[in-house]
Amino acid sequence: MSTYFSEDHEWLKVDGDVATIGITNYAQAQLGDVVFVELPENGKTLSKGDEAAVVESVKAASEVYVPVDGEVVEGNEALVEEPAKVNEDPENSAWFFKLKLSDKSQLDGLMDEAAYKAYVDTL
Amino acid sequence: MSMNTQGRPTAPGTADAPVHTTFTGNKALNMEEPLIFEIGRTDICGVDLDEPEKVELRLGGHERLSSLELPALSEPETMRHYVRMSRNNYAIDSGLYPLGSCTMKHNPRLNEKMARVPGFADIHPLQPVSTVPGAFELIAELADWLMKLTGTTAVAMSPKAGAHGEQCGMMAIKKAIMEKGEDRSIVLVPESAHGTNPATAALLGFKVVSIPARDNGTVDPAAVIEKIRENDGKVAALMLTNPNTCGLFEPDIIAIADAIHEAGAYFYCDGANFNAIVGKAKPGDLGVDAMHINLHKTFSTPHGGGGPGSGPVVLSDRLAAYAPLPFIRQGDGELEVVETTSQLDEGEKPFGRMTAFHGQMGMFVRALSYMLSHGSDGLKQASEDAVLNANYVRVGLQDLMTLPYGEHPCMHEVLFDDSFLKDTGVTTLDFAKAMIDEGYHPMTMYFPLVVHGAMLIEPTESESRASLDLFVATLRDLVMSAQQGDTQRFEGAPYLAPRRRLDETQAARKPILKWTPPSPTDVEPKAAAE
Repeated sequence: MSTYFSEDHEWLKVDGDVATIGITNYAQAQLGDVVFVELPENGKTLSKGDEAAVVESVKAASEVYVPVDGEVVEGNEALVEEPAKVNEDPENSAWFFKLKLSDKSQLDGLMDEAAYKAYVDTL
Repeated sequence: MSMNTQGRPTAPGTADAPVHTTFTGNKALNMEEPLIFEIGRTDICGVDLDEPEKVELRLGGHERLSSLELPALSEPETMRHYVRMSRNNYAIDSGLYPLGSCTMKHNPRLNEKMARVPGFADIHPLQPVSTVPGAFELIAELADWLMKLTGTTAVAMSPKAGAHGEQCGMMAIKKAIMEKGEDRSIVLVPESAHGTNPATAALLGFKVVSIPARDNGTVDPAAVIEKIRENDGKVAALMLTNPNTCGLFEPDIIAIADAIHEAGAYFYCDGANFNAIVGKAKPGDLGVDAMHINLHKTFSTPHGGGGPGSGPVVLSDRLAAYAPLPFIRQGDGELEVVETTSQLDEGEKPFGRMTAFHGQMGMFVRALSYMLSHGSDGLKQASEDAVLNANYVRVGLQDLMTLPYGEHPCMHEVLFDDSFLKDTGVTTLDFAKAMIDEGYHPMTMYFPLVVHGAMLIEPTESESRASLDLFVATLRDLVMSAQQGDTQRFEGAPYLAPRRRLDETQAARKPILKWTPPSPTDVEPKAAAE
């Protein structure tokens, strides 16, 4: 399983043609205490750059974008019940949704962990 | 001479005030006030009214059988409750209110006196039009002032506040586009816009495309042109706030307006910051097609808890035909009130109706009082003084606090970022909370979003130099405390307010939106309230 990162601070763990997507530890730290999560509907087709989910903290409301094209196959309903999970375990159990990829070659445009870390250091 | 034979002490005691808690929880004049539901009983009536005789129920079996569960209080209990509550309020009548982008200016008492003149205060929106010609004349007079000050040809008076005005202006734009048979679905909104701008566009079904800010905090016409090209023929409008939320006048506004008009789109201006330019620049001359005016900001009508907002929308020639019903038209020698489509003249194509009646009459009276008592020269001076005061604060603080866009003059508000707090362990939020202990309402924080840890200060023209000096000195003292490592002053602040810092996270995650009566088994009512 490979992990990819976007400049908008989403991570993708790809298994076969399904990507599990969430926000990075850096993103949750910048947002502060998360108080609300809205997930995309299952079956929704999204294009690269579309708004997929909404995440709100005490400080700000933000959108989670999809960095690749695909169809939503599952949302992490546990986050809706308990948004605090995004702060506690952002890069693991607090995944947002799973996307069935329609064009795996788009992954080439994303960063690996080392590149993302270097990118965050420039911010 | 008379002697003090009662042995009454004539000098204050010298002992230090003991730190103690009181039995009531009150601290002298600082009273702990329960919720009104915790005071009033629901099983009695606070007022002695006779049982009505022979009531014939005509509700078809839908009458309420259970109690409304409203608290019943006597008049003195009610008065005390609200007077005590009001003493915990911060208000423009009690201190400087530096909330940026809000224009919390003084509400002159003359406005209030005029609004209470019975001929204005006691009229009813449903009484015959023939009985209220004076009210319509006042609305028409105010409309005339608004059009002259903005250099526009029409005004919709009915919107109830700023965002409602935005909706009105954008609906006029949508109607204009539909009349032309065009399909335009995109609204351009700069990053520094008020949050209501993209929200309004989205509410009306437009897709919002964001325009990034330049390094100096303003909008680059080239960026607008680029977005117009990318979305060829699809751009319906640009929504721009000018002066913008960084407190800066958009210097390229005419080039931006020209680009928008060339693309066949419309230019909506958010007029929330109009207080900076009244009498100095007319939005119509800058190419604006629609702009709302917050009477509760620019024209000194009460704001926040003090009264309803009012957001008339001025329209350029290109949109004037689409102003919503109802409106007042200058007929032959007299005013005509146009309420229905059957009364329309040729060329009048209102997009519809937004409100039942003509708007916030009480606010119209106050705004016109403000205009007439200041005169056009006075309004211009108010804008100049608002800008002068903001710059006085800027210059008083710029060596200690940090200006994100350099030491340039600002308009009516000055924007600082939080880089001056870097490595102090004090955040913008802590800083704002410490201002509460000093007796100030904090400035606008964390907005606009384009700078980190924003602090947006708008003193308005109402403040005297002495008031500004004290405010500047207070902030300087706070900054020096933070930079000298006195984090204690900040991290638990406010220490002296009736309530300490609230838990915003819990309030958002687990909001308690409804009061529920304590169960009878709770012997300690206080424990139940917590």
